[in-house]
Amino acid sequence: MPLVQEPAIPASLKPFRPLPDRRTASGGGETAAEPAIVTENLSIRYGHFTAVSNVSMAIPPRQVTAIIGPSGCGKSTLLRSFNRMNDFTPNLSVSGRVLYRGRDVYDPQTDPVELRRTIGMVFQKPNPFPKSIFRNVAWGAAINGFTGSLDELVEQSLRRAALWDEVKDKLHSSALALSGGQQQRLCIARAIALQPDVLLMDEPCSALDPIATTRIEDLIDNLKKHYTVVLVTHNMQQAARVSDRTAFMYMGELVEYGKTDDIFTHPSNPRTQDYITGRFG
Amino acid sequence: MSVQATQATFVPRLGARRAIGSAFHLFCVLMLLLAVAALGILLVRVVMDGWAWLSMQFLTSFPSILNPESGGIKHALHGTIWLIVLTGVVSVPLGIGAAVYLQEYASSNRLTRFIQLNIANLAGVPSIVYGILGLAVFVRSLALGRSVIAGALTMSLLILPVIIIASKEALAAVPNSIRLAAYALGATRWQVVRHHVLPAAAPGIMTGIILALSRAIGEAAPLIMLGALNYVPFVPTGLTSPFSALPIQIFSWTGLPQPEFHHLAAAAIIVLLAVLLTMNAVAIGIRMYQQKDRL
Repeated sequence: MPLVQEPAIPASLKPFRPLPDRRTASGGGETAAEPAIVTENLSIRYGHFTAVSNVSMAIPPRQVTAIIGPSGCGKSTLLRSFNRMNDFTPNLSVSGRVLYRGRDVYDPQTDPVELRRTIGMVFQKPNPFPKSIFRNVAWGAAINGFTGSLDELVEQSLRRAALWDEVKDKLHSSALALSGGQQQRLCIARAIALQPDVLLMDEPCSALDPIATTRIEDLIDNLKKHYTVVLVTHNMQQAARVSDRTAFMYMGELVEYGKTDDIFTHPSNPRTQDYITGRFG
Repeated sequence: MSVQATQATFVPRLGARRAIGSAFHLFCVLMLLLAVAALGILLVRVVMDGWAWLSMQFLTSFPSILNPESGGIKHALHGTIWLIVLTGVVSVPLGIGAAVYLQEYASSNRLTRFIQLNIANLAGVPSIVYGILGLAVFVRSLALGRSVIAGALTMSLLILPVIIIASKEALAAVPNSIRLAAYALGATRWQVVRHHVLPAAAPGIMTGIILALSRAIGEAAPLIMLGALNYVPFVPTGLTSPFSALPIQIFSWTGLPQPEFHHLAAAAIIVLLAVLLTMNAVAIGIRMYQQKDRL
């Protein structure tokens, strides 16, 4: 489907606080640009259960990074630590560091509310607000002090999410009347209306049919022009199709992380090999 | 090893299963009819007894012992309206505030669970006990006297547990995915609660408030305990005015031997029901308006 390229959204949202110039080791090596997100020896536990174990990785900007692995391998937990959506999980403890553009995400000085405006998130099941399509997209910007035209913002966000043509005549009807795939694209539009830097996607297609999945995948490919996308998926074909880099997790550990082509053609770890050839998971 | 087919066969007893189903269906219908019939008989009797006695004069006159026909419920109707408005003003913000704190802010520890358990128990305390408490605290200690504000505060205590429990349940029923979606957009807790959780829970909260206020409007026991008066020859003019209320007037009329007073009591019951239905209609109206506003 055609994606209309819009001029950049006017930058009237207050930008994220300027970053201290603290360089961190880039785990990738292949990418020249400063990584958007870096984890250093990150471990996350629920009570006594270790969900993420000693993960160190660097996520490059303006690329799609896929995190794959079998159910329960800790990939969603890892993703949710990037914008501190884990904060709502009881009995959770985090050790190690997550750095977003050089800033420690779990530092007491870091305001998660401010962080989440810059690191947006799309959830597994479409979860639009039970309000109109317009309100869904406009709300996040409105509560964050957006000073520009909400009408323009809503149109541009919906265009970037490839949903505008389907909903432009019913902006003020309920978002719950949309199909599952449309709702998920609305959730993407809602997230990008905040002009985030990073977009976290937690199995965004697992509740969708194949056609809706294809549209979201096309969309992800376009989104990386503007945003750093981190995609959690249990669908290996999806990771192979849309991502530039792939991380394979197993039992909380980061087994292998590199260029998607390398991971899928000649993985260096036998466990990765077994997983991508369908021997388990 | 192959799986052996067992010798036992199925005995479906379809006829018996269907018969049991039909019998249960019939039982439920009968129970419903019984409940509706009991209510219906009550209503019909009240309307038959009191309808002829309803008039403008009944609503706008003070009661008279000597002349029942010319007596009315002006004092009691005014008292009830004062009482219910004040009770609502006191108990609704307190109740919703407590429920929002318990559901959205409080961490789930032993103290929170202890408080919740006690609130649930308080909802079951007999209303006369609240009357005793009101008499001791509001009438005596705070020296509010037998005033309409003392009555409203007592009624508020009585219905607070109901409002808190109903509101808390309504808040708990709001899907967590809505909260997470809002947090992920960089909302503060206040913004999440104000824009998403409360609107989604509003119908349930409203239902709880209606039920609670309906209970308050019909209660006589705590007011009698407080010492609200049967025959007050004036309407409340302020928070500290003495007052009467419809249930008290009904109670005292039914205790008199002359049949005229029983007709007056029936007429007052009709008025009480009308006030109750009006309140519910207003609440439903607010609810519909809110739902339209949510888009």
